[in-house]
This record gives sequence, C-alpha cells and structure tokens, in this order.
Amino acid sequence: MPKMNLSHFEAAFLFALFTSVVLGVVTKKNDRDRLHYGIYTFVCFVVALFGIGWAMYLGHG
Amino acid sequence: MAKENEQKQPMAPIGAWAPAVALGWLIPGGGHFLLKRHGRGALLLASVASMFVCGLMMQGAMFQPQSGDLLTTLINTGGFVGDLCSGLLYLLTVWFGYNVPDMPGHVHDYGTKFLVTAGLLNLLAMVDAYEIASGRKD
Repeated sequence: MPKMNLSHFEAAFLFALFTSVVLGVVTKKNDRDRLHYGIYTFVCFVVALFGIGWAMYLGHG
Repeated sequence: MAKENEQKQPMAPIGAWAPAVALGWLIPGGGHFLLKRHGRGALLLASVASMFVCGLMMQGAMFQPQSGDLLTTLINTGGFVGDLCSGLLYLLTVWFGYNVPDMPGHVHDYGTKFLVTAGLLNLLAMVDAYEIASGRKD
C-alpha cells in the first residue's frame, strides 16, 4: 500500500471535501439544493479550519 | 399546529428497503445504484471509497472493541462500529492484512479518523437509501 504524507491543512481540506459531498447528496431533496448545501458545508468546514487554526495560533502565544 | 400537520407514515415492508440498505452497506452507494439513482450512487461511492483509501494510505488504525473504563469502551467500540460500516472496504482490508497497529503521529491520527468517518458517511448513505426505497424521498 503506497503511503501518503499530508500536512494538517491538506488532510483537513480532503476531509472537508469528501464529507461535504456526502452531506450534500444525502440531505436535500433536489439537485439544486444538494449542490448549494454541499458548497455551504464545504465553506463552513474551511472557515472553521482557518478560524480554529488562527485561534490556536494566537491562543498559544 | 406543526404537530397536527405531521402525518406518521407506516414503516415500509422490509422487502422493499432491506436489499438497498444491505447493498448500500456492502458497497458504498450500492443501494442508490440498485434504486436507479446512478449519479448520487457514483458520488457516494467516489467520496466514501476515496476517504477510506486515503485513510489506509495515511496508515490509519482500525479500532477493535475493548472493554475497560467507560471512555475506552465507548471510543473503541464506537470506532469499531464506524469502521465496520464501510462494508466490503473494511472486510477486504482486514482479510488482506492492510490494517496497521496504532502509531503516534498526526498523519496516522488523521488516517484513523478518515477510516471511521468513511464508515459513518456510508451509514448516512444507507439511511438515505432506506428513505428512497420506502418512498419517503425521491
């Protein structure tokens, strides 16, 4: 099995991408809403990723 | 008012949804393929399988049920159930010996979370397949 070495950002980005696709597909009832919800969830993940990242950086001194 | 408008739907017969849910467990998105939702099935298959394979390539560990204190039992049993929800991907990994022991390091830690999350996402896909098969959703 080939090995994969990702940074925190890359791993969290991939996690957000895959999770958003599934949440978008299973949550809403038509394709337009699915696409919107998938994009919305992905943006939320990325905003949280940067927000929590900066909070930890600033909180750490 | 809202409660008055809610109509309790009777549960669909098991024969209507069990094959879709079972196939959905075995192959991510399989239930959707069986129900002729090919586009959604392909997206689910690609996402869940990619997440699982990424987790394996990051050398994430598979959980084994363990007893002990409450937190240990909860984490390991919950993680095992999450891993198991990946269906054939989990079974093949265990049968072919690709599961690795738990190792320190952020990449392995992410890998372990990827493996469990792939299973949990497949669980969501199975619930969706159930709702489609029982006529609650298009």
